[in-house]
Amino acid sequence: MPKVTVDGVELDVPQGATVLQACEMAGKEIPRFCYHERLSIAGNCRMCLVEVAPGPPKPQASCALPTAEGQVIKTDSPMVKKAREGVMEFLLINHPLDCPICDQGGECDLQDQSVAYGRGATRYDENKRAVTEKYMGPIVKTVMTRCIQCTRCVRFAEEVAGVEDVGAIYRGENMQITSYLERAVGSELSGNIVDLCPVGALTSKPYAFEARPWELTKTLGIDMMDAVGTNVRIDARGRQVLRVLPRVNDDVNEEWANDKTRHHVDGLTRRRLDQPYVRVNGALQPASWAEAFAAIKAVNAGSSVAAIAGDLADCETMFAAKTLVNALGGSLLEGRQTGLDYDVTSLSAVNFNTGIAEAENADVILLVGTNLRWEAPLINTRVRKAVWKKGAKVFAIGPEADLTYKADWLGDDASLVSKLPAHVTDALKGAERPMLVFGGGALSVPGVHGAGLALAKSVNAIKDGWNGYNVVHFSAARMGSLMLGYGLPGGIKDVVVAKPKLAFFLGADEVDFAALPDTFKVYVGHHGDKGAHAADVILPAAAWTEKDFTTVNTEGRVQRSEKAVFAPGDAREDWSIFRALADALGVTLGFDSFDACRAAMIAAVPALGVEGIADYGWTVPKLPAKPEARAIPSPIKDFYLTNAICRASPTMQRCSQELIHGADFAEAAE
Amino acid sequence: MSLADKDRIFTNLYGFQPWNLKSAQARGDWDNTKGLMAAGQDAIIETVKASGLRGRGGAGFPTGLKWSFMPKEPRADRPSFLVINADESEPGSCKDREIIRHDPHKLIEGALIAGFAMRARAAYIYIRGEFIREAETLFAAVQEAYDAGLLGKNAAKSGYDFDVFVHRGAGAYICGEETAMIESLEGKKGQPRLKPPFPAGAGLYGCPTTVNNVESIAVVPTILRRGAPWFSSFGRENNKGTKLFQISGHVERPCVVEEEMGITFRELIDKHCGGIRGGWDNLLAVIPGGSSVPLVPAAEIMDAPMDFDGLKAVGSGLGTAAAIVMDKSTDVVQAISRISYFYKHESCGQCTPCREGTGWMWRVMERLRTGDADISEIDTLFDVTKQVEGHTICALGDAAAWPIQGLIKHFRPEIERRIRENGGALEAAE
Repeated sequence: MPKVTVDGVELDVPQGATVLQACEMAGKEIPRFCYHERLSIAGNCRMCLVEVAPGPPKPQASCALPTAEGQVIKTDSPMVKKAREGVMEFLLINHPLDCPICDQGGECDLQDQSVAYGRGATRYDENKRAVTEKYMGPIVKTVMTRCIQCTRCVRFAEEVAGVEDVGAIYRGENMQITSYLERAVGSELSGNIVDLCPVGALTSKPYAFEARPWELTKTLGIDMMDAVGTNVRIDARGRQVLRVLPRVNDDVNEEWANDKTRHHVDGLTRRRLDQPYVRVNGALQPASWAEAFAAIKAVNAGSSVAAIAGDLADCETMFAAKTLVNALGGSLLEGRQTGLDYDVTSLSAVNFNTGIAEAENADVILLVGTNLRWEAPLINTRVRKAVWKKGAKVFAIGPEADLTYKADWLGDDASLVSKLPAHVTDALKGAERPMLVFGGGALSVPGVHGAGLALAKSVNAIKDGWNGYNVVHFSAARMGSLMLGYGLPGGIKDVVVAKPKLAFFLGADEVDFAALPDTFKVYVGHHGDKGAHAADVILPAAAWTEKDFTTVNTEGRVQRSEKAVFAPGDAREDWSIFRALADALGVTLGFDSFDACRAAMIAAVPALGVEGIADYGWTVPKLPAKPEARAIPSPIKDFYLTNAICRASPTMQRCSQELIHGADFAEAAE
Repeated sequence: MSLADKDRIFTNLYGFQPWNLKSAQARGDWDNTKGLMAAGQDAIIETVKASGLRGRGGAGFPTGLKWSFMPKEPRADRPSFLVINADESEPGSCKDREIIRHDPHKLIEGALIAGFAMRARAAYIYIRGEFIREAETLFAAVQEAYDAGLLGKNAAKSGYDFDVFVHRGAGAYICGEETAMIESLEGKKGQPRLKPPFPAGAGLYGCPTTVNNVESIAVVPTILRRGAPWFSSFGRENNKGTKLFQISGHVERPCVVEEEMGITFRELIDKHCGGIRGGWDNLLAVIPGGSSVPLVPAAEIMDAPMDFDGLKAVGSGLGTAAAIVMDKSTDVVQAISRISYFYKHESCGQCTPCREGTGWMWRVMERLRTGDADISEIDTLFDVTKQVEGHTICALGDAAAWPIQGLIKHFRPEIERRIRENGGALEAAE
């Protein structure tokens, strides 16, 4: 613990801390542009210069300088003030004075710091530099004249996203940041460089000229696009969500969000169901709520009722639907719409037990049937960190994919799980913190689940303080639905066999509706997608930004999200739809308000009442452990179009066309 | 006091004899290299320390001391490397070029001995991209040495395995900065790294590395053969040895010559260059150490000793000992402006003060050249140079600032004259 003095205040700093960190501990603000705590240190902006003794008689870049015993650091000396003014002046001489038309305005580091540390006037009389625009894809808008060459974006792309698509070309004052050959940045995390950019050089293309930051109402939410449970901030103006930005949560998403999380929001205003519909003579006709309820009552289903939850369903919605189904005497509840039928008697056997944050400490990793980059991009960054920073070894079974790090692909045959090559089992057995990750694709092959659990035991993946057995889900609803009992032994096949007269689809669009020809289908959701097309009655509900809710991510973390805007038109929050429908069907649910609904849910499943990781214990069900010898399928065909909101989003559609299907938009952008 | 022929290290500096191994051996190179190495690694470092050899690349850091920073027992997975800086790009400098052209075996033998002394696994010679013929010579010379068993396994029968790789640069001045050179060797964009960590801790491929100038390495075998006392018998205290001086510009016979450190400028010019063009009264100023040191006006430089401390005393530096001589026909403002352009062109663009400052300084210099400026801008310019100097990652910012500071310090009246003479036109235009 070196003892240093910052502006006359003595303090102990941890071993290895930088001078900048020491200054922050002392409560001194150090201006910076290139430094970012989650990226490597570049030391190139020179804004963080401080005076350090002992040392050369010139200011030192505090971000890169390690603290040493007895250092005397000055952050307010005339030398430091002059250095900061000088650097700020240099940064501004070639920075355009276009703040009024710059999207970064109001949340610009350069603006803020030039007010705080700059001189009042310029001494620069020469012409300013101009830089041609660079194409960086559908997410990132560039105005490269504003670039101050801090290289945060370059470091992010290389270190976190794992793509070498962004770099600097030319030198001196001609240095330019660009994407490789000006192609779209091929990363599902490209939106993060917009947040990282301290100026308006990289801004959000879909959000261009939409709003100023001070106009926005900020609501804390939890992303539902995948099962990571990214903590986000929902920025809305009036009734419209304009953007979604990540919040810092070191246990989940650090401070990143994937592009789907950020940019599906324009789908929230398109193809919305804003009034009930009833199918009359084969065609869906607009109807009132009363007519819709009457149509459902007319089915006279009795207890032959089912509820199928979609990927975006939240816990309160699922609980309300479950309560209604149970009140009607039914018990058919399922959330795995595509027909997965893995065993759900033990939640710990289908959970990401290692934990997202802990995943980066694994030393030998086996991925089975999972394209982590698409199924859980922010878990993939953790694995990449384990590989890149700590030298973890990765083996993988399944369809090959570029995961941004080196993986030893063993083949895509599911039976490999029970007969791994010796070098793989040896590596896993020899590992201190082995990690097995099974994706949805793997669990779709009979026998893999049991073989995986057996493998975890045989390689000793579960030990004191470390559980290396993991299932990664890509449906945000999954763990919550399983906790609420949405899981039949035979999966959705059991529903098909039971031939229910009435079924509620909670935003479920991926179901094979043709398998339920005689069932009266009620679609409770917010987008006119596949489920709505198949429905007999549509009840318009709220999207995730339009309601308070609880959700559970793939590691069993219970998190709550808040309502940012109201649902459009006649659409209602889901719990209230079931509450009203219960009246129409002549049953009672036992709650009359959202709070009562949540309280009833917590009474039924107490774990949902505690934010944080739910404790599932560790129980291993007895399962057949002989995987069928066949190729593991890849469940996600298109990362950008996995749910109804994304499919309604122009931005996501364009991402899909350009980044998945290779359409060329570069010229059209000119 | 001047260097006798018997005391010259670079005996084929002028290329009167072939550069090849046979001729080099006839001149004494590769003579009992094994014996020199047998003295042991620490003894070699001690000898180099005792000789007072200071780095010949410009900064003048004691060479032996630099070597002693290398780990005594390199780890098997982290070998040590010697990187030899032959990216001689400083305007005015041309000594490494002459060594590689005519005496490459001195460098290669030096690489083996220096590499051995610092326990390096291999040496990389990073040669400037524009040195095409020189690179060919160097490639051929290294091959000769391999063929003769002087490099590779059991190099020169010393029992030490040592490789020498020659790597050609692509013509960027900044790659002559030691950490930028390491980046470039690794295949990256040539940009200096932050220090610490210093290359001796984490350099090439993250391994301990020492970067030395060609001349520093090439003189080592001779120092070992003739002894530290011999080498330190030349020059003044703290400025020992002999040095290659490169004189260009307005002298009768520009040349590269080996001389004793501390020789006065006057003696150097009179003896080797046939005097100043038009006589000593015609001398305007001298940039004594390559373009990045401040110029020194005639009166101060004439009798100044040409060594590190002697030139520091007149507000400049020895640098690479590349004296650029300017007589009174020189437009000194234009000369410095051209140097400013060079630094603007060669700034890597990584850190802010240099990236933005070099362009600004050059543009103001261009206006000062024609007098299209205000007198107050001279002070602004000086302030800008101070804002660049000492605020950058590497020394290129300093190198860009110093020539202008030297100009303003010594030739301010000339700049003001131009502004005043141009002023009439300016006012008329307003």
